[in-house]
Amino acid sequence: MPQELDQARMIAAIRHATGDVFSTMLGVEITSGEPYRQPCRPEPANGVIGLIGLTGKWTGTGSVTCTGDLARKISGQFLMSEFSSVDQEVLDAMGEITNMIIGNVKNALEEEAGPMGMSIPMVVFGHNFMAGTTHSTDWVVVPFACDGERLEVKACLSPQPDKPARRRPGCAPEG
Amino acid sequence: MPVDVLIVDDSAAIRKILQRVLAQANLGVGKVYEAADGREAMDAVKQQPVGLILSDINMPNMDGLQFLGELRSHDQWKHVPVLMISTEGSQTKVMEAVQLGAQGFVRKPFTADQIKEKLAGIL
Repeated sequence: MPQELDQARMIAAIRHATGDVFSTMLGVEITSGEPYRQPCRPEPANGVIGLIGLTGKWTGTGSVTCTGDLARKISGQFLMSEFSSVDQEVLDAMGEITNMIIGNVKNALEEEAGPMGMSIPMVVFGHNFMAGTTHSTDWVVVPFACDGERLEVKACLSPQPDKPARRRPGCAPEG
Repeated sequence: MPVDVLIVDDSAAIRKILQRVLAQANLGVGKVYEAADGREAMDAVKQQPVGLILSDINMPNMDGLQFLGELRSHDQWKHVPVLMISTEGSQTKVMEAVQLGAQGFVRKPFTADQIKEKLAGIL
Protein backbone atom coordinates (compact mmCIF):
# COMPACT_ATOMS: atom_id res chain seq x y z
CA MET A 1 0.00 0.00 0.00
CA PRO A 2 1.36 3.48 -0.81
CA GLN A 3 2.19 5.73 2.18
CA GLU A 4 0.28 8.69 0.71
CA LEU A 5 -2.85 9.22 -1.31
CA ASP A 6 -2.56 10.96 -4.67
CA GLN A 7 -1.97 14.59 -3.59
CA ALA A 8 -3.37 16.12 -6.79
CA ARG A 9 -6.60 14.14 -6.28
CA MET A 10 -6.81 15.25 -2.65
CA ILE A 11 -6.32 18.92 -3.57
CA ALA A 12 -8.92 18.68 -6.34
CA ALA A 13 -11.37 17.01 -3.92
CA ILE A 14 -10.88 19.77 -1.32
CA ARG A 15 -11.28 22.52 -3.94
CA HIS A 16 -14.40 20.96 -5.43
CA ALA A 17 -16.09 20.15 -2.09
CA THR A 18 -15.37 23.59 -0.59
CA GLY A 19 -16.50 25.47 -3.70
CA ASP A 20 -19.64 23.33 -3.90
CA VAL A 21 -20.62 23.88 -0.24
CA PHE A 22 -20.04 27.64 -0.44
CA SER A 23 -21.87 28.15 -3.72
CA THR A 24 -24.80 25.82 -2.92
CA MET A 25 -25.45 26.54 0.75
CA LEU A 26 -24.15 30.10 1.10
CA GLY A 27 -24.50 31.50 -2.41
CA VAL A 28 -20.87 32.64 -2.21
CA GLU A 29 -18.08 31.99 -4.69
CA ILE A 30 -14.69 31.53 -3.04
CA THR A 31 -11.27 31.66 -4.64
CA SER A 32 -8.78 28.86 -4.10
CA GLY A 33 -5.14 29.76 -3.43
CA GLU A 34 -1.91 27.80 -3.82
CA PRO A 35 -2.02 24.52 -1.87
CA TYR A 36 0.92 23.50 0.28
CA ARG A 37 2.07 20.82 2.70
CA GLN A 38 2.38 21.49 6.41
CA PRO A 39 4.23 19.30 8.90
CA CYS A 40 1.94 17.60 11.39
CA ARG A 41 3.72 19.47 14.22
CA PRO A 42 1.06 21.65 15.89
CA GLU A 43 1.61 25.42 15.93
CA PRO A 44 -0.21 28.14 17.89
CA ALA A 45 -3.44 29.20 16.21
CA ASN A 46 -6.30 31.66 16.69
CA GLY A 47 -9.90 31.57 15.56
CA VAL A 48 -12.31 28.76 14.76
CA ILE A 49 -11.35 25.22 13.80
CA GLY A 50 -13.76 22.45 12.80
CA LEU A 51 -12.31 18.94 12.99
CA ILE A 52 -13.53 15.57 11.74
CA GLY A 53 -11.84 12.19 12.14
CA LEU A 54 -11.76 9.72 9.24
CA THR A 55 -11.36 5.96 9.68
CA GLY A 56 -10.97 2.98 7.39
CA LYS A 57 -8.00 1.48 5.58
CA TRP A 58 -6.78 5.06 5.64
CA THR A 59 -7.22 7.10 8.80
CA GLY A 60 -6.72 10.76 9.55
CA THR A 61 -8.33 14.13 10.08
CA GLY A 62 -9.95 16.86 8.04
CA SER A 63 -10.29 20.43 9.25
CA VAL A 64 -11.65 23.84 8.33
CA THR A 65 -10.07 26.91 9.97
CA CYS A 66 -10.79 30.63 9.79
CA THR A 67 -10.92 33.72 11.98
CA GLY A 68 -13.81 34.26 14.37
CA ASP A 69 -14.96 37.22 12.24
CA LEU A 70 -15.12 35.10 9.10
CA ALA A 71 -16.92 32.30 10.99
CA ARG A 72 -19.57 34.86 12.04
CA LYS A 73 -19.99 36.04 8.44
CA ILE A 74 -20.14 32.50 7.00
CA SER A 75 -22.67 31.41 9.63
CA GLY A 76 -24.74 34.55 9.01
CA GLN A 77 -24.87 33.77 5.30
CA PHE A 78 -25.64 30.10 5.99
CA LEU A 79 -28.51 30.84 8.38
CA MET A 80 -29.63 34.19 6.95
CA SER A 81 -29.00 35.80 10.34
CA GLU A 82 -26.52 38.20 11.89
CA PHE A 83 -24.14 37.17 14.63
CA SER A 84 -22.35 39.72 16.78
CA SER A 85 -20.13 37.12 18.43
CA VAL A 86 -18.96 33.55 17.99
CA ASP A 87 -21.73 31.81 19.93
CA GLN A 88 -23.18 28.29 20.02
CA GLU A 89 -25.11 28.84 16.77
CA VAL A 90 -21.94 29.92 14.96
CA LEU A 91 -20.03 26.90 16.29
CA ASP A 92 -22.89 24.61 15.20
CA ALA A 93 -23.00 26.17 11.73
CA MET A 94 -19.22 25.85 11.35
CA GLY A 95 -19.48 22.21 12.48
CA GLU A 96 -22.02 21.51 9.76
CA ILE A 97 -19.97 23.32 7.11
CA THR A 98 -16.93 21.26 8.16
CA ASN A 99 -19.08 18.12 8.00
CA MET A 100 -20.25 18.89 4.46
CA ILE A 101 -16.81 19.85 3.14
CA ILE A 102 -14.82 16.99 4.71
CA GLY A 103 -17.67 14.54 4.05
CA ASN A 104 -17.57 15.31 0.35
CA VAL A 105 -13.76 15.14 0.31
CA LYS A 106 -14.10 11.70 1.90
CA ASN A 107 -16.67 10.64 -0.73
CA ALA A 108 -14.32 11.73 -3.52
CA LEU A 109 -11.32 9.91 -2.00
CA GLU A 110 -13.12 6.63 -1.32
CA GLU A 111 -12.48 5.41 -4.86
CA GLU A 112 -8.76 5.31 -4.05
CA ALA A 113 -8.81 4.91 -0.26
CA GLY A 114 -11.76 2.54 0.13
CA PRO A 115 -14.81 3.11 2.37
CA MET A 116 -14.19 5.47 5.28
CA GLY A 117 -16.21 6.34 8.36
CA MET A 118 -16.53 9.86 9.70
CA SER A 119 -16.70 11.17 13.24
CA ILE A 120 -19.14 13.80 14.45
CA PRO A 121 -17.57 17.26 13.88
CA MET A 122 -15.93 19.06 16.78
CA VAL A 123 -15.49 22.85 16.69
CA VAL A 124 -13.11 24.91 18.83
CA PHE A 125 -12.92 28.71 19.10
CA GLY A 126 -10.07 30.34 20.97
CA HIS A 127 -6.83 32.22 20.98
CA ASN A 128 -3.32 30.82 21.06
CA PHE A 129 -4.37 27.16 21.01
CA MET A 130 -2.75 24.19 19.32
CA ALA A 131 -4.55 21.40 17.47
CA GLY A 132 -2.56 18.31 16.56
CA THR A 133 -3.00 14.70 15.51
CA THR A 134 -1.05 11.56 16.32
CA HIS A 135 -0.36 11.03 12.63
CA SER A 136 3.07 11.58 11.18
CA THR A 137 1.79 12.43 7.70
CA ASP A 138 1.95 16.06 6.54
CA TRP A 139 -1.27 18.03 6.21
CA VAL A 140 -2.35 18.95 2.70
CA VAL A 141 -3.55 22.55 3.06
CA VAL A 142 -5.72 24.39 0.54
CA PRO A 143 -6.21 28.09 1.34
CA PHE A 144 -9.25 30.02 0.11
CA ALA A 145 -10.01 33.73 -0.04
CA CYS A 146 -13.48 34.57 1.24
CA ASP A 147 -14.77 38.10 1.81
CA GLY A 148 -11.19 39.40 2.00
CA GLU A 149 -10.23 36.85 4.65
CA ARG A 150 -8.49 33.51 4.64
CA LEU A 151 -10.08 30.11 5.18
CA GLU A 152 -8.05 26.91 5.15
CA VAL A 153 -9.21 23.38 4.48
CA LYS A 154 -6.73 20.70 5.52
CA ALA A 155 -6.57 16.94 5.41
CA CYS A 156 -4.06 14.33 6.48
CA LEU A 157 -4.53 10.63 5.83
CA SER A 158 -2.15 7.75 6.39
CA PRO A 159 -2.56 4.02 5.75
CA GLN A 160 -3.78 1.97 8.68
CA PRO A 161 -1.36 -0.93 9.15
CA ASP A 162 -2.97 -4.37 8.88
CA LYS A 163 -3.46 -5.71 12.39
CA PRO A 164 -2.30 -9.30 12.99
CA ALA A 165 -5.07 -11.66 14.10
CA ARG A 166 -5.32 -11.63 17.90
CA ARG A 167 -4.34 -14.88 19.61
CA ARG A 168 -5.97 -15.83 22.85
CA PRO A 169 -3.48 -16.15 25.74
CA GLY A 170 -2.40 -19.70 26.30
CA CYS A 171 -3.49 -20.90 22.85
CA ALA A 172 -0.91 -22.46 20.62
CA PRO A 173 -0.83 -21.32 17.02
CA GLU A 174 -2.67 -23.61 14.65
CA GLY A 175 -0.87 -25.94 12.29
CA MET B 1 -54.97 17.72 5.31
CA PRO B 2 -51.59 19.13 6.39
CA VAL B 3 -48.76 16.66 6.97
CA ASP B 4 -46.78 16.94 10.22
CA VAL B 5 -43.03 16.54 9.70
CA LEU B 6 -40.12 15.40 11.89
CA ILE B 7 -36.63 16.73 11.07
CA VAL B 8 -33.77 14.62 12.48
CA ASP B 9 -30.29 16.14 12.36
CA ASP B 10 -27.62 16.76 15.01
CA SER B 11 -26.98 20.19 13.49
CA ALA B 12 -29.38 22.89 14.69
CA ALA B 13 -28.30 24.91 11.64
CA ILE B 14 -29.53 22.25 9.20
CA ARG B 15 -32.78 21.83 11.16
CA LYS B 16 -33.34 25.59 10.87
CA ILE B 17 -32.60 25.60 7.12
CA LEU B 18 -34.93 22.65 6.50
CA GLN B 19 -37.68 24.34 8.55
CA ARG B 20 -37.34 27.35 6.25
CA VAL B 21 -37.43 25.18 3.11
CA LEU B 22 -40.58 23.42 4.34
CA ALA B 23 -42.25 26.75 5.15
CA GLN B 24 -41.56 28.00 1.62
CA ALA B 25 -42.39 24.73 -0.15
CA ASN B 26 -46.16 25.14 -0.26
CA LEU B 27 -46.61 21.38 0.04
CA GLY B 28 -49.25 21.31 2.75
CA VAL B 29 -46.87 20.88 5.66
CA GLY B 30 -48.42 21.19 9.14
CA LYS B 31 -46.45 21.14 12.39
CA VAL B 32 -42.70 20.58 12.23
CA TYR B 33 -40.95 18.72 15.06
CA GLU B 34 -37.20 18.37 15.59
CA ALA B 35 -34.86 15.70 16.97
CA ALA B 36 -31.06 15.81 17.29
CA ASP B 37 -30.42 12.06 16.82
CA GLY B 38 -32.17 8.76 16.14
CA ARG B 39 -32.93 8.12 19.77
CA GLU B 40 -34.66 11.49 20.20
CA ALA B 41 -36.48 10.83 16.92
CA MET B 42 -37.86 7.50 18.23
CA ASP B 43 -39.08 9.28 21.36
CA ALA B 44 -40.66 11.99 19.18
CA VAL B 45 -42.63 9.60 16.94
CA LYS B 46 -43.89 7.73 20.00
CA GLN B 47 -45.32 10.98 21.36
CA GLN B 48 -46.58 12.55 18.15
CA PRO B 49 -47.59 10.84 14.90
CA VAL B 50 -45.96 12.39 11.83
CA GLY B 51 -46.59 11.92 8.11
CA LEU B 52 -43.05 12.58 6.89
CA ILE B 53 -39.51 12.31 8.30
CA LEU B 54 -36.37 14.04 7.00
CA SER B 55 -33.28 12.43 8.53
CA ASP B 56 -29.52 12.81 8.48
CA ILE B 57 -27.32 9.67 8.67
CA ASN B 58 -24.17 10.62 10.60
CA MET B 59 -25.43 11.43 14.12
CA PRO B 60 -24.40 10.53 17.68
CA ASN B 61 -26.21 8.00 19.93
CA MET B 62 -28.35 6.45 17.17
CA ASP B 63 -27.47 7.23 13.55
CA GLY B 64 -29.96 7.71 10.73
CA LEU B 65 -29.72 4.17 9.37
CA GLN B 66 -30.17 2.62 12.82
CA PHE B 67 -33.16 4.93 13.33
CA LEU B 68 -34.66 3.92 9.99
CA GLY B 69 -34.20 0.22 10.82
CA GLU B 70 -35.78 0.71 14.26
CA LEU B 71 -38.66 2.72 12.78
CA ARG B 72 -39.42 0.07 10.15
CA SER B 73 -39.43 -2.70 12.76
CA HIS B 74 -42.67 -1.26 14.19
CA ASP B 75 -45.89 -1.83 12.23
CA GLN B 76 -47.32 1.63 12.94
CA TRP B 77 -44.32 3.41 11.35
CA LYS B 78 -43.59 0.94 8.52
CA HIS B 79 -45.04 3.22 5.87
CA VAL B 80 -44.10 6.71 7.12
CA PRO B 81 -42.13 8.26 4.23
CA VAL B 82 -38.49 8.98 5.13
CA LEU B 83 -36.18 11.21 3.08
CA MET B 84 -32.51 10.86 3.98
CA ILE B 85 -30.45 14.09 3.72
CA SER B 86 -26.79 13.41 4.32
CA THR B 87 -23.19 14.10 3.42
CA GLU B 88 -22.74 10.32 3.17
CA GLY B 89 -22.80 9.76 -0.57
CA SER B 90 -21.29 6.31 -0.94
CA GLN B 91 -23.30 3.82 -2.96
CA THR B 92 -23.22 1.41 -0.01
CA LYS B 93 -24.92 3.88 2.34
CA VAL B 94 -27.49 4.93 -0.26
CA MET B 95 -28.32 1.27 -0.99
CA GLU B 96 -28.55 0.50 2.72
CA ALA B 97 -30.96 3.40 3.22
CA VAL B 98 -33.12 2.29 0.28
CA GLN B 99 -33.14 -1.33 1.49
CA LEU B 100 -34.24 -0.12 4.93
CA GLY B 101 -37.16 1.67 3.29
CA ALA B 102 -36.04 5.27 2.65
CA GLN B 103 -38.18 6.92 -0.03
CA GLY B 104 -35.39 9.20 -1.22
CA PHE B 105 -31.87 10.43 -0.69
CA VAL B 106 -30.51 13.98 -1.00
CA ARG B 107 -26.82 14.65 -0.64
CA LYS B 108 -25.54 17.66 1.32
CA PRO B 109 -24.86 20.35 0.21
CA PHE B 110 -28.39 20.74 -1.15
CA THR B 111 -30.48 23.47 -2.71
CA ALA B 112 -34.00 24.27 -1.53
CA ASP B 113 -35.26 23.21 -4.97
CA GLN B 114 -33.69 19.74 -4.63
CA ILE B 115 -35.52 19.20 -1.33
CA LYS B 116 -38.81 20.57 -2.69
CA GLU B 117 -38.57 18.37 -5.78
CA LYS B 118 -38.00 15.22 -3.70
CA LEU B 119 -40.81 16.11 -1.31
CA ALA B 120 -43.22 16.80 -4.15
CA GLY B 121 -42.56 13.24 -5.37
CA ILE B 122 -43.12 11.76 -1.92
CA LEU B 123 -46.15 13.71 -0.66
